[in-house]
Formats: sequence, structure tokens, C-alpha cells
Amino acid sequence: MAKAPDHNGAVNRRGLLTGALRAACGAGLVALLIAMPAHRRAVAVALRPPGALPEADFLSACVRCGLCVRDCPYNTLTLSDLGDGPSLGTPFFNARNVPCEMCEDIPCAAACPTDALDKGLKDIKDARMGIAVLVDHENCLNFQGLRCDVCYRVCPLSDAAITLEVQHNVRTGKHAMFIPTVHTDKCTGCGKCEKACVLEEAAIKVLPHALAVGELGQHYRWGWKEKDKAGEALIEDNLQLPIRGMENGLPSSELKGFKP
Amino acid sequence: MTRPGANHAAQMGWFAAHKWLLARRFVQLAFLAVFLTGPLVHVWIAKGTLASSLTLGVLPLTDPMIALQSVLARHALSLTALTGAAIVLAVYIVVGGRAYCAWVCPINMVTDFAAWARARLGIKETITLDRRLRYWLLAGVLAASAATGTIAWEFVNPVTIVHRGLVTGSILGGSALLVTLALLLFDFGIAARGWCGHLCPVGAFYGLLGAKSLVRVAAVRRDACNNCMECFAVCPERQVIAPALRGADKGVGPVILSGDCTNCGRCMDVCSKQVFRFGTRFTPAATQVLKGE
Ligand code: SF4
Ligand code: SF4
Ligand code: SF4
Ligand code: SF4
Repeated sequence: MAKAPDHNGAVNRRGLLTGALRAACGAGLVALLIAMPAHRRAVAVALRPPGALPEADFLSACVRCGLCVRDCPYNTLTLSDLGDGPSLGTPFFNARNVPCEMCEDIPCAAACPTDALDKGLKDIKDARMGIAVLVDHENCLNFQGLRCDVCYRVCPLSDAAITLEVQHNVRTGKHAMFIPTVHTDKCTGCGKCEKACVLEEAAIKVLPHALAVGELGQHYRWGWKEKDKAGEALIEDNLQLPIRGMENGLPSSELKGFKP
Repeated sequence: MTRPGANHAAQMGWFAAHKWLLARRFVQLAFLAVFLTGPLVHVWIAKGTLASSLTLGVLPLTDPMIALQSVLARHALSLTALTGAAIVLAVYIVVGGRAYCAWVCPINMVTDFAAWARARLGIKETITLDRRLRYWLLAGVLAASAATGTIAWEFVNPVTIVHRGLVTGSILGGSALLVTLALLLFDFGIAARGWCGHLCPVGAFYGLLGAKSLVRVAAVRRDACNNCMECFAVCPERQVIAPALRGADKGVGPVILSGDCTNCGRCMDVCSKQVFRFGTRFTPAATQVLKGE
């Protein structure tokens, strides 16, 4: 609510001036507030430090103090600012800039005063900052049948988190292709592979779990795994279904394995 | 009215009339300096920000209002953070809740500057806000934390945004700069003492503490007051003065008990009659002491 400028009938100059001042300051204020969201730009995927709680819990815990950032010896982490993507002031890293070096003593998590980074994480190999995904099959050199292998070779958990799977090279017809393949149960999401990818734009990228990993329907079972578990097939192997039109010609006792 | 403090300065010198102001600026800058020595010259005194910090590798401090929001968001806060919050609470219960505002918060320099510029330019125009708005905002922030399971105020808190910008250097081009300018424009051109005096829920939180805290400003020599009104002119929370200064007839003590008082000491600086001094919430009026003798 505006206080009426005290003037005697005629609008005095002071009133006009201060009115203009308020309008100018108001417009400036709005412009500044709009400048904040307007800074948002498309960015590389931001990853949380090792041990970070799941995002919803993280935002109830992280006070945005930056102690993790200060104690990272490789300057991997930064506190988010305008346009970085993650909630303002929270710690993140961009693997293509500086990946996580997977320090054995996990100094970032040790520094966190709020347990937003879980101190229960004792072995950095158990960190799940994200999952590497070979997103671009069209440009990955190994996918063309070449032997780049760089992502595979820089991986701190090479041969576990990332393996080379041999496939037939259909293009040449006589060579093999060594496909870099990431295993979600081992990959920490450190981003060394993304950092090292020799392409202009990395073909392998670390993505947050939600973007990278699918989830099987609760009721789905892999038949062959169930078979391994039970030690035998749960249904008989060779189902013999009745042949259409022959139903009457055969005694039903011979319909082996058919359970209507 | 001459400029507030002019009489006092004429009597006792400029320095005496700005003693507490200078002390405050020194302490505010010192609080910044301890966070900056690490990144600038690799001598780590305080690490972190005002939200949570570690001093000399041993002393954890956490903003109690942020800790409270985290607890309301149902995060099981670590012992370190709880200890840090308890230490901060204990300190401000002694030195005065909003001493945080006057002596530590980096925003104070911004909003004080806006108020100073308004006074110099003689700008009276302001929109009128209710000073209780900040307490409602505080309640809203706490409710939002509980409802959304996040530390809600930290998405927008100018105090920590600016402090973070200052200690990480990101103020040179990031959100902290925009927030600083926005507060400056708001307090300068739109609402006098608008942010700290009416809206900031962080100040409100510390104000609630201040209502119970030990160190308070007391108008001990209120009998000597000559109604020059200079203290009212400089006080960022002018509503807190009258009850103590003018309360003798009503049997009200001389201590400024309102939690809104920031213990900034500007009233002491400008008063040429030395009416005010720091005391405790139990300080009696000097006249009463004299009468008793
Ligand atoms: S594990 Fe080491 S390199 Fe990785 S973020 Fe933490 S401190 Fe930095
Ligand atoms: S140390 Fe913990 S609370 Fe501080 S910014 Fe890092 S994750 Fe957040
Ligand atoms: S992110 Fe890449 S380098 Fe790091 S563990 Fe996973 S596959 Fe290996
Ligand atoms: S009212 Fe808020 S912004 Fe102002 S000095 Fe106090 S905490 Fe800082």
C-alpha cells in the first residue's frame, strides 16, 4: 500500500520524483528476479558427490555449506549457481569437466556435517553417483569396429564396471567389434570414462540412475534364472500343444504337458 | 533536525559518535575474512558458510534455523550439525538473538547502505509493510519444510546465497550479485528497512531468540533524554525504543526487551546525552539506582 505523498492540492515535484524512483526500483527488482530463472540453460548432466542420499532426501539434509567442495582434493565438486541445473548452492560435478577420482578415504563424505553424504559409505567402490551409458552408438569408435577402448582402459574398475563384449562386425563381414558394456552392479558413476572419451562430445556419459536404469515389472521373472534357482525347470521343457484340427483324432491323454 | 549523531560528534568527536558502527563493520568484515583466508592464502580458519562451518578443524557451527528446517523435513541430522546448532543457539541466547543481524550477517551492510542512501537523499516515500510479516513468513517457511521434506528457505535465502557467493567468489557473476542488487533496490526505492525490518524470516528466527536473550540495550539514563529523536532516526527497528525510553511513567524498565532490537548500538552512537548503554535484561535505570542510594 502506498502512502499518499503529502502535497497541497497540486502534485508536487517530490511526489512525482519518488513515484518514479519506486517504479524504477520496482522494475529493476522484477528484472533481477526474472534474470535468475532466465539463466537456466541446457547443461551437461550434474552428478552428486559419492554417498549422496537419494535426491529427495538429499534436499532435506544438505545445508549447502560447501564443506565437501572444500575438502575434495581434485576440485571435482562445485556448488551450483545460476544455470548449473541442480538446486542453487548444492554440490555437484560434471564428469566431462572433472570426474571423481574415487579417493579411498572419501574426504567429501567425511567433511559433510549433516550426513547428506552418507558416512556409512566405507568403500568408494560402493558409491553410486550415476551409471555410465554408451549413449551414442553411431559415433563410438569401438562400435564402428575400431579399437579405441579408452573408456574401458581408464575405468578404475575396468573389467568389472566396464567390459568389452565381442560381437560380429556385420559391416566388414569378417572382423569383431569390441563393445564397451557397463555393468550397473559395479559402475560407481565416477565419470572417468566420460572424461576420457576421445570424441568431441563424449559417446559414453554418466547419467543419474533414474535416467539410466530400467526396472523390471514386479511380477516379471526371467525363466532361465528361476530355473537355475530351483535347479530344474518349473514347467516341462517341451510343451506339445494340440495341433489345430487334430484334437479329436488324438486321445487327450497323449497331450503331454498341456495344462489348460 | 540536524544529521543524527551530529551533536554527539560535536561534543565527543566523530570517532566516539561512530564507535559501535565501526566496531560492527570490523566484526562483519572479520567474519568474512576468516572464511576467505583459506581460499585466498591457504590459511584455513573457518571452512564452509554461515549455513554450516568448521573452524580450525574442530569447532562445528550450524545455523539453528536451517537445522530446524532439516529436522522438520524429517532428516535424521548428524550429531555434528546438532552440536553446531546448539553452540550457535547458546551464543545468541547470551549476546542477543539479532546480534547475528547487526554483527555477522553480510546482508546488513547492503540494507544499512540502502537506509543510509535514503537518509542522505531525503527519500521518505515508502510502501508500508507490517513488521510482523517476517514472523508469518518464518511460520510459512517452517511449514513448507515440513510439508515438502526439504530445507525450504535455502532455495531462496538471500543470507546464505550472498555469503556463499562471497566466500566462493561466485558473487562476481552469479546469483549472489543479483540477490544483492535486488535487496538494495527493494530497501532503497520501495520499502524503507524493508527486508531486514519486515520480511527476513532468518532475522525473525533470531528475533524470537532475542526476546529471551541476556545482553540488551538499556536506556539507563532515560531521565536525561531531551527528545532530539536522533535514536529513532537511526534505529533499524525504531518501534523497540519507545517502551524503554518513555516507559518510566508506566513503570516499565529501561531495558529494550523486544527481540527485534539487533543490538547494533547505533542509538548509543548518536545520543548526545549518553542515555543508552549495553546491559543485561536485568539492568535497572541509573536514576532508580541513584534514588535507591
Ligand atoms: S571421492 Fe574424492 S575425487 Fe571424488 S568427489 Fe569425493 S573427494 Fe572428490
Ligand atoms: S558438505 Fe554436506 S551439507 Fe555441505 S554442501 Fe556438501 S553435501 Fe551439502
Ligand atoms: S563411470 Fe565409467 S570409469 Fe567410472 S566406474 Fe563407471 S564405467 Fe568405470
Ligand atoms: S534480518 Fe535477515 S538479512 Fe537482515 S541482517 Fe538479519 S538475518 Fe541478515
